[in-house]
Amino acid sequence: MLNIIVCVKAVPDPKEACNIKIDPATKTLLRCDVPMVVNPLDKNAIEVALQLKEKTEVRITVLSMGPPEAGNIVKECLALGADRGILLSDPAFGGADTFATAFTLAKGIEKTGACDVILCGMASSDGSTEWVGPQIAAFLKLPVVTMVKEIVETGAPWWKVKASIDNGYRLMQVKLPAVFTVTREVNSPRALSFSGIIKARKKEIEQWGIEDLGVPSESVGLKGSPTIVSQLNTTESKREVEFIKGSREEKAEILVHKLIGTGLL
Amino acid sequence: MAKLKNNIGPVWVIAEQIDCRLLSVSIQLVGQARKLADELNTSVEAILLGNDVERQAKELIAAGADRVYLGNAPDLAFYHPEIYSEIIVSLAEAHRPEIMLIGSTAMGRELAPLVAARLETGLTAHCIDLVLDENRNLEQRIPAYGGLLSIICPERRPQMATVAKGVFITPEPDESRSGEVVEIDVPDMVSDRIKTLEVVIAEPEGVPLESADIVVAGGAGAGDLDGWNKIVLLADTLNAAMGSTRPAVDEGWTELTTMIGQSGKMVSPQLYIGVGLSGEQQHLVGVVDARVMIAINNDDRSPVFDQVDYGIVDDCREFVPVLIKKIEEYFEKKVTC
Repeated sequence: MLNIIVCVKAVPDPKEACNIKIDPATKTLLRCDVPMVVNPLDKNAIEVALQLKEKTEVRITVLSMGPPEAGNIVKECLALGADRGILLSDPAFGGADTFATAFTLAKGIEKTGACDVILCGMASSDGSTEWVGPQIAAFLKLPVVTMVKEIVETGAPWWKVKASIDNGYRLMQVKLPAVFTVTREVNSPRALSFSGIIKARKKEIEQWGIEDLGVPSESVGLKGSPTIVSQLNTTESKREVEFIKGSREEKAEILVHKLIGTGLL
Repeated sequence: MAKLKNNIGPVWVIAEQIDCRLLSVSIQLVGQARKLADELNTSVEAILLGNDVERQAKELIAAGADRVYLGNAPDLAFYHPEIYSEIIVSLAEAHRPEIMLIGSTAMGRELAPLVAARLETGLTAHCIDLVLDENRNLEQRIPAYGGLLSIICPERRPQMATVAKGVFITPEPDESRSGEVVEIDVPDMVSDRIKTLEVVIAEPEGVPLESADIVVAGGAGAGDLDGWNKIVLLADTLNAAMGSTRPAVDEGWTELTTMIGQSGKMVSPQLYIGVGLSGEQQHLVGVVDARVMIAINNDDRSPVFDQVDYGIVDDCREFVPVLIKKIEEYFEKKVTC
């Protein structure tokens, strides 16, 4: 039996993320009710686990850290086919940077018990950071391969994976237990099925707070974060747009003249 | 080397080589580290791990390093996460750098978080500027939500950041600079739990993004693969390099290597044409000093129009084929005249 933990993050829907703005006066984020969804690359991570489960005996635990509302995305992962859903949620966890987030998730993973494989999406769509996967590995003292684009072999205890590097790939052999972060190329995530949603209704999400993890409050959330946001500024554009108007043909015609004007055609 | 006049540790750059060639981002980071170190009145030190790379250590000195810790061994020829991070962590514990900079390369993106976690310090991803604030903390700037965030790591050291190629300029090499190359003992550690079996590096196809005069970038507005291919055809027609945004990569229309922006590539074309994208900072910070910028988007309130010279409000799926036809007509006339 292979125990797989998939770490997922609730992010503002990337399709509507451009509606999140910084209020120039208060310098705070205006979220404009953008809905929270499963981070896109985390769906690829879940899919790796689900495909393995079709071939062999696997128990999939989905783990997320976030506010109580993030329970919805854990529920969605249960509906996709995960066996167990855990949400790390506590006001003390709030304001965490990637270091404190990875630490908290690592403590959560330790509490779940035996674990062979930890999967994460390669990056989060909101912060564009890629640190949580490798930092979980560092905290748990496990090997890690980031940017995995193909799972080549899933033997015990060795996995063979191809990981993206600049203009190519590296073929890595890794001994389990290990952490892998995956890219979009690794698979095509499945959609939710109706029967999955029905089955997930009966599954309960476990919610763990700071006391469940038994960690000091200085090590999590804002207090446990080495980095802080010192300023939030709006950027000013140095350009002023000239809209090209007319029928579609006319607009294309005028734009071609503008392109010719650059001297680059 | 001169003794430090204060107790501020050195500014470090984790240099990277592939096939014994120093990456330009490493040279650029040494240049920026020099500026920061001069302001802090401290030194610049680089770490270089590889095999047969003594000459590359000299290049780092010519770029502005005062000292290079050189790990020279066959086992170090290619990046290995455990061996590399072990060496860097133990050097950092011994020499206490104030700042540690790493390129946002495949290596840097894996190595930096491993090192930061073990040194129990902060790490900022893909910075687009690094300056010192009034308390001499490193202000690490990243784009976010139509604005700019400044991140600091006030209490722990080193202050760590990754930076993409092209964010800082390449300093002119000064062969007359003197510096010290310190050969480090390479620990005899063979990692038994993670092995690199093979490394395959391919020549990139098409016009390289970083050096292209014209860049066409497509986003989620392409709608589907068919719409995306129309934008690719526009790029081909203009002999332009094709770039993308994160949503286009997430949709699976293009490879991650085409992504422009904070966590992708930095481009500085003469002409940039953004098609079906909303102009998020994470993307547009990757477009540096373009002479002319054009956007095509069906929403006249799209923030992309605040950041370009010419705007076309239209459905890109309909407009792009018409534009391609007009460009081809111009090329035909040009040939026949």
